[in-house]
Amino acid sequence: MNVVTPFEGIGASVRRKEDFRFLQGKGNYTDDLNRPGQTHAWILRSPHAHAKIRGVDIAAAKAMPGVHGIFTGADTEAAGLGGLPCGWQIHSKDGTPMAEPPHPVLAFERVRHVGDPVAIVVAETRSQARDAAEAIIVDYEPLPAAPSLEQAQAAGATPIHEGVAGNICYDWHIGDKAVVDAAFAAAHRTVALDLVNNRLVPNAMEPRAAVGEFDRFTGDYTLYTTSQNPHVIRLLMAANVLKLPESKVRVVAPDVGGGFGSKIYHYAEEALVTWASAQVGRPVKWTADRTEAFMSDAHGRDHISRAEFAFDKDGRILALRVATQANMGAYLSTFAPCVPTYLYATLLAGVYTTPVIYAEVKAVFTNTVPVDAYRGAGRPEATYLLERLMDVAARELGIDRVELRRRNFIPADAFPYQTPVALQYDSGDYQSTLNECLRVADWAGFEARRAEAAARGKLRGIGISTYLEACGIAPSAVVGSLGARAGLYEVGTIRVHPTGSITVLTGSHSHGQGHETTFAQLVSDKLGVPVAQVDIVHGDTAKVPFGMGTYGSRSLAVGGSAMMKAMDKIIAKGKRIAAHLMEASVEDIEFDRGTFRVAGTDRTKALVDISVAAYVPHNYPIEELEPGLEETAFYDPKNFTYPGGCHIAEVEIDRETGKVDLVNFTAVDDVGRVINPMIVEGQVQGGVAQGVGQALLESCIYDADGQLVSGSMMDYTMPRADDLPPVGVATHTTLCTHNPLGVKGCGEVGAIGSPPAVINAVVDALRDFDVRHIEMPATAAKIWQIINGSHGKAAA
Amino acid sequence: MYDFAYHKPSTVADAVKLLADPDAKAISGGHTLLPALKHRLNKPTALVDLSGIAELRGIRREGNAVVIGALAKHAEVAASAEVAAAIPALAFMADHIGDVQVRNRGTIGGSVSNNDPAADYPAAVLGLGATIRTSKREIAADDFFLGMFTTALEPDEILTAISFPIPEKAGYAKMRNPASRYVMAGAFVSKGPQGVRVAITGAGPCVFRQADMEAALAANWSADAVAGIKQAPDDLNSDIHGSAEYRAHLVTVMAKRAVANAG
Amino acid sequence: MPHVTLTVNGKSHTAEVEGRTLLVELLRETLRLTGTHIGCDTSQCGACVVHVNGDSVKSCTTLALAADGASVTTIEGLAAADGTLHPMQEAFREYHALQCGFCTPGMVMSAIDLVQKNPQGLSEQEIREGLEGNLCRCTGYHNIVKAIAAAQDVMHGKRSEIARAAE
Repeated sequence: MNVVTPFEGIGASVRRKEDFRFLQGKGNYTDDLNRPGQTHAWILRSPHAHAKIRGVDIAAAKAMPGVHGIFTGADTEAAGLGGLPCGWQIHSKDGTPMAEPPHPVLAFERVRHVGDPVAIVVAETRSQARDAAEAIIVDYEPLPAAPSLEQAQAAGATPIHEGVAGNICYDWHIGDKAVVDAAFAAAHRTVALDLVNNRLVPNAMEPRAAVGEFDRFTGDYTLYTTSQNPHVIRLLMAANVLKLPESKVRVVAPDVGGGFGSKIYHYAEEALVTWASAQVGRPVKWTADRTEAFMSDAHGRDHISRAEFAFDKDGRILALRVATQANMGAYLSTFAPCVPTYLYATLLAGVYTTPVIYAEVKAVFTNTVPVDAYRGAGRPEATYLLERLMDVAARELGIDRVELRRRNFIPADAFPYQTPVALQYDSGDYQSTLNECLRVADWAGFEARRAEAAARGKLRGIGISTYLEACGIAPSAVVGSLGARAGLYEVGTIRVHPTGSITVLTGSHSHGQGHETTFAQLVSDKLGVPVAQVDIVHGDTAKVPFGMGTYGSRSLAVGGSAMMKAMDKIIAKGKRIAAHLMEASVEDIEFDRGTFRVAGTDRTKALVDISVAAYVPHNYPIEELEPGLEETAFYDPKNFTYPGGCHIAEVEIDRETGKVDLVNFTAVDDVGRVINPMIVEGQVQGGVAQGVGQALLESCIYDADGQLVSGSMMDYTMPRADDLPPVGVATHTTLCTHNPLGVKGCGEVGAIGSPPAVINAVVDALRDFDVRHIEMPATAAKIWQIINGSHGKAAA
Repeated sequence: MYDFAYHKPSTVADAVKLLADPDAKAISGGHTLLPALKHRLNKPTALVDLSGIAELRGIRREGNAVVIGALAKHAEVAASAEVAAAIPALAFMADHIGDVQVRNRGTIGGSVSNNDPAADYPAAVLGLGATIRTSKREIAADDFFLGMFTTALEPDEILTAISFPIPEKAGYAKMRNPASRYVMAGAFVSKGPQGVRVAITGAGPCVFRQADMEAALAANWSADAVAGIKQAPDDLNSDIHGSAEYRAHLVTVMAKRAVANAG
Repeated sequence: MPHVTLTVNGKSHTAEVEGRTLLVELLRETLRLTGTHIGCDTSQCGACVVHVNGDSVKSCTTLALAADGASVTTIEGLAAADGTLHPMQEAFREYHALQCGFCTPGMVMSAIDLVQKNPQGLSEQEIREGLEGNLCRCTGYHNIVKAIAAAQDVMHGKRSEIARAAE
């Protein structure tokens, strides 16, 4: 048995195991769960961006049909529930720690954004809970709202939190300002650009949901939740909010319908349903509707920046200077503070040999939904800034934009490469990904296509971005020194059953990435077991020893590496058993894909022979070896991984309406070793769609009073099938040098590399209209304004 | 949603009786009403489902007109050989309302009675100079659309059918709101028994006729004839997707394209 | 409370519902057919698409009572009793047209209706336009479009199997 077809291992496009249930409506998402005796919760949310709560009258609501309990901020305060914790601490320039105001699970005395939870109503049905929530009378005293970075920092702006001067969370920097200023003073040319990174709403298709269940006979709590990292939720909720021993709390994240970052964080509703289930003595289920998702899921991006390059006379970058303001929203979400600092400013070298960099980042509280990591997180903001500035510079220096990039690339023989902003890149080959992308996208043939389009009355443009990101997060000691309050290792257990089939327990979690397939391929490749005999267990703190979860493109690089390490332990133990069975010395035992062999002989034992011996230890070295064949490993990465590559976008603009059509998109990425090419392509295509969405369609808009104007899919433009062209994806691999798989990560590259490629293409399409920059999203109305307002030569 | 009683009468007369209750509302496809109810923007005590009334069905030719029953779904109108032969622009328009699933449920009667400023059908009704038949009377399109979500229908009056005079030429073009896919600006143009008509939807608070363009097309039926005519932005909608000025500009572009589509 | 009687995946059901009960709620909560999902509240996303009397409709925008007497097919009703997948399901798997799987049931139901209503065959652009009522946040649609193109050939009898050519 255990005959393995070679197509199932590393490099094979194995069709996904999880698809059988998803395609037949048998996925098991949180809202699909129904616990015996389950009640339903509705969360009453603030309609005001900023207001004092003078009083909450629940008397009438409590008398409504089906109501089991109504709890307000006063109740959760009285019960001693802690606030939602922040997992990362940043220190300002002057060494002071960031402002870290309380984030209560229910607003207490004050609401700070539209959607801030004010009360939880638990009732027999969801409609009854909602009916009762409407009968709650909240006496609000509206306060001036500051939804924008400008409003929040204006002189005399109302403080959003007591004791937070000027609404500044932190004022952080990296690099040596004096050195960078000197480089600018001595530069041949400088180029500056002001730009906005637009606020986005993640909008995973599955809305968040949570079911809390308390067993009063054991005192155990169970939370079923839509999470990318159930162990992290258990840790944060048990230790910080509910103040329970972790051993009394089980968190299960079953199938998760997309996350893109928004399901990393510990949200109030998770703690509320868990706590409320004990108060009402019944399981409590809450499922967000999309309107709630818009006003309660952490948003992404929202930066305003000024960026400047200093160049020498040959077009080589001498220095980069960046000043960024980052909107944090009303409270600090779990990982919010690290996004505009260590996931952003440390990426500002990009793929270039910029010798000195200075970046300062001011994080600001506003009366908006908290902002946190969304696919790419910090790295799209850095990439957009660099790649837009590069295009503007190319034009102003009169150097071809591809040539300017080439001239400044880190050469392929310069690795490991130490940047001036903390990171040390291990590998990459930017000339090759650029060359391949130029070839596939037929860059050279563009002018002919532009002319052909012009004949049809269309303005055609082409844009490029060469980018790099840091993912596979992350070395615990490094992130700890940068302010993380958690380690970022991963845990994997390999359980070889007596009959040779395998269960893998992993702390990584899948919300669409296909881990049940990819991880099984790793095991198949290394241990020689068919993919069908490898089962992946994830998403349950009661089953998996521990885990840090899935985000930052880390599941293969960190989670997969933990599995590799655990498999090494299995093989090491297996060799000792094999040596005993074959009466050979351990040093003479070789292992290859499921077969233990005495070196240089034809004496072999299959993995199943070893597993049988391990569990039925009749003939077994019992004095020196424990029975059983199960090993657990923690893997803490030595460095980040550094995927990179080149994206090229081609657009056509309808001159009359301003509508931008993306007509071609090519991505050539270096994501390290590719385990399943089919899945990698899918990840890149999906990431590109989100990047294109940011560039052309999506924008989260608050009005001056803090009302969410783009609060539904009627006003927030989600990319649809007809908004996108086929996306061509290719890979060019350099291996990661410091993890056992050589993998880098592919989940975020699409969203990181694509927005500047698209905007560069739009600006290029408008090259006759004297346009220096266009803010995202490049909507038809915005483009029409430019064409209509332009006095350029083509405007007549 | 708040709860409500649900009635499914089988005759217009019964439906009218049920709708005498001022808190009752008529529903057919439900694609406008149900989203509003789900957001609790509306609290009817009863819904009167018209979809079981046989006399509201059917698409037929009556002399020089195509008469479409109120319950005709957008997909039925789009696929109707009768409509395609007589007024292809109407079939085209119906085939581009919302998405496939909206077209499989949404009805002409519901769309026209609701008079959403960003709906497609009002443009066709006004742009073809159709006649609205109700449980009480016949109303000319010019007298029907009174303002945003407001029509000449009385509370207990049901739209039963719409009679579209067959034009010599007709065309439709629209620019959609990128998020909702409703109409941001759309123009339905026709030349026929009702004269030359240009109806604009999406751009303003209610569908309206563009008199300058009608005059220009009456003199010279060509896209060029309307290309230079500017719509005043004064009363047009302005939102995060486009200013009144942008919509005004789109009115001209869409009118031009509608004429081109009309051939 | 009023009753509704309808056929779902070939089986007749009678259930007590409120006037306000939506078809999707009847399917998910009463019949426990949780394959049909709810992804929005504005009829935009299409995660809830099922077939009612052969037409794809958004079950979140259809009253349960309005489906009285109707024949409803959900994602659970597509595969054959022996587990053989519908060609559209098979194509979605073969072309990696799903990632998180949440939009998938609605996407598959819409795709089947689209293909069935267009026996002449659809171009890539027509498939994209035909998916206007379904949102996917994971795939960028690229593989969904490819899967539907492959499935239509099998559904129209132009090709015998879904399997992709060797890569």
